[in-house]
Amino acid sequence: MTVGVVWFNAMEVLTWAGLWLAGWGPNAVLSLVGGYRFVAQGLAYELPLMFALISAAAGAQSLSVAGIAAAQRGHLWFAAWMPAAFAVYLASVYAFSFFGPFGYPAGRDLAGGVLAELSGPDRLVFQAGRWLLLTAGAGMAVPLFLGGGAGPGLPAWAWSAVKTLAVLLALVWARRRLPVIRADRYAEVAWVVLMPLAILQALAVALVVLTTGGTP
Amino acid sequence: MTAVFWVLAPLAAASGVMVFRFASMARVTISLLVSFLASGGLLIGLGLAYLGTVVILMMVMEMVIMAVFMMAYMMNPAGLVAMSMVHNRRGSLAISAATFALLAAGIFATRWPHRAGAPPRDPTFRLGAALMGPQMLTMVTLGFTLLATMVGAVVLATHRGRYDRFGDDLKRRAPSDPARGGVGR
Repeated sequence: MTVGVVWFNAMEVLTWAGLWLAGWGPNAVLSLVGGYRFVAQGLAYELPLMFALISAAAGAQSLSVAGIAAAQRGHLWFAAWMPAAFAVYLASVYAFSFFGPFGYPAGRDLAGGVLAELSGPDRLVFQAGRWLLLTAGAGMAVPLFLGGGAGPGLPAWAWSAVKTLAVLLALVWARRRLPVIRADRYAEVAWVVLMPLAILQALAVALVVLTTGGTP
Repeated sequence: MTAVFWVLAPLAAASGVMVFRFASMARVTISLLVSFLASGGLLIGLGLAYLGTVVILMMVMEMVIMAVFMMAYMMNPAGLVAMSMVHNRRGSLAISAATFALLAAGIFATRWPHRAGAPPRDPTFRLGAALMGPQMLTMVTLGFTLLATMVGAVVLATHRGRYDRFGDDLKRRAPSDPARGGVGR
């Protein structure tokens, strides 16, 4: 697909509708509050994430995932010279799978929030989807920021799998070591700190591409 | 493409109709969202991958935000109580029928030009070049107008101004806000 990055963004945003529906569906207070919490969080994390994706796409001058991975071949990985975009991206992976510091919509103070009314196969499917979102986010970090399948010795698919597993392990390891952030507090951090940071990062990438005509 | 059309076009139309049949704000929102998603799929089927994907992306966000604000400020809390989505039945029927007839007549009455040349290899790039090249001034003006409108709407909507936050002589160092933010103020 020629616009893979935009497609990834669109599919990740579907969580907004899905999670709000999951909160509204059971007709119960706590799960609905959990759904609303996710929307509040979404309004905060989505725009910095978009600018992080824009940074990677602008650095490669391509909206296709394969094109972005190919642009890093033989060059510095994007994670190395777009550290702010990479950090914002990793935080957003937690946010759209509502794990770790962004576990507020399924918080214990809400008796599980969006998970409160789910049990049996429903809960299994829901939790599996949540882990899939985390894994997909970790997998997408590889072509966007970590050079895709580039690496010595092993074939490209093996390097992609190794890198995906490494990112996933790091995310899972840090998951319970970070405190949960309240959505209202994160909203201010996102709009006052992360947004300007992400915009400056995109500007820096654009300037580098304009002056050097490519990637460093 | 024909198969895609015959799956998505009836879906878009049917879920559009259901917007006026459902009696719950939440169902209406999701129904409208399905209609927009099907329209985005149709655009992708027409070869406009970027445009279709952006429609999907923006519509999901817009519909969820709309649901939250409609329910929070206008309708019953949480959209859980049944309510009618139809107002001014006769008037709106007349307007929509006339608009539909006008647009349909336009489609059939127009003498459509034949395509000259082949479509560009990368329509997204050509679209961006057209918008950001000769139309740059228009886009910049549009961007500033939209931003000014948003800031103005927020200023008009909020009941707390800078004098409430920083005191009558604006000398308070840390604003006094009902909810503390995340950057330690």
